[in-house]
Amino acid sequence: MLGRLQVPPSVRKGEVFEIRVLVQHPMETGFRRDMNGAAIPVNVVDRLACRVGGREVFRAELGTGIAANPYLVFTAVAEASGAVEIEWSDDRGERGQASAMLEVIPT
Amino acid sequence: MRRRAFLLGGAAVASAPLLTHAQALAGVQDIRPLIQSITRGATARSGGIEVELPQLAENGNSVPLRIRTASPMTAAEHVKAIHVLAERNPRPRVATFHFSPASGRAEVATRVRLAGSQTVTVLAELSDNSFRIAEAKVLVTTGACLDDSL
Repeated sequence: MLGRLQVPPSVRKGEVFEIRVLVQHPMETGFRRDMNGAAIPVNVVDRLACRVGGREVFRAELGTGIAANPYLVFTAVAEASGAVEIEWSDDRGERGQASAMLEVIPT
Repeated sequence: MRRRAFLLGGAAVASAPLLTHAQALAGVQDIRPLIQSITRGATARSGGIEVELPQLAENGNSVPLRIRTASPMTAAEHVKAIHVLAERNPRPRVATFHFSPASGRAEVATRVRLAGSQTVTVLAELSDNSFRIAEAKVLVTTGACLDDSL
């Protein structure tokens, strides 16, 4: 599964910065039918977590009320340079991950 | 006779918007039990949450939603979670977001699906296990096709 993660190129230590996430996923509600009239089963990204420097800063439990290709913006405190990682899974058990490097400028 | 015809005509005109209003409200569920189960019976106070949702959304399939909370986000006092509920969606629990002091701010933006015009309820769970509540009304021109009935 494809997903994108965006963080600012550099932030000052202690600063609160934004993390933007976009996951490519249809977020099937289970109410739609295919061309033969058969119900398409529910399949949504139900879990997504973000870690900065190995520490969890954000976690989301999503339902069918989230639009297709879920987009999330949240924040974290910059402590030290390192990886910002996101990890998600859908109802079918498929997993995805993405990461970005964050540069923290010491003050 | 002319007067009666006039009155009947007026009644028909007056009842027309009432009918569409009733249709618009079809499918609204009472989400109070759901709120109670999230707050574990505690009463949620208003204030401290800012919900940014357009007043009018043309397409219910993707409506931008931003939630901000007023919290110092310290170990002693922070927002633990934000719950989003949509009363008219077939599954009213839209999402739950978890935060910690490392989040810096208890703030989240996303895009939601809305089955029709409704009130979106946001609950914030604080570190002292108390709850805050906020609501935002939204008019949806074309609801997300979440349901066979819509």
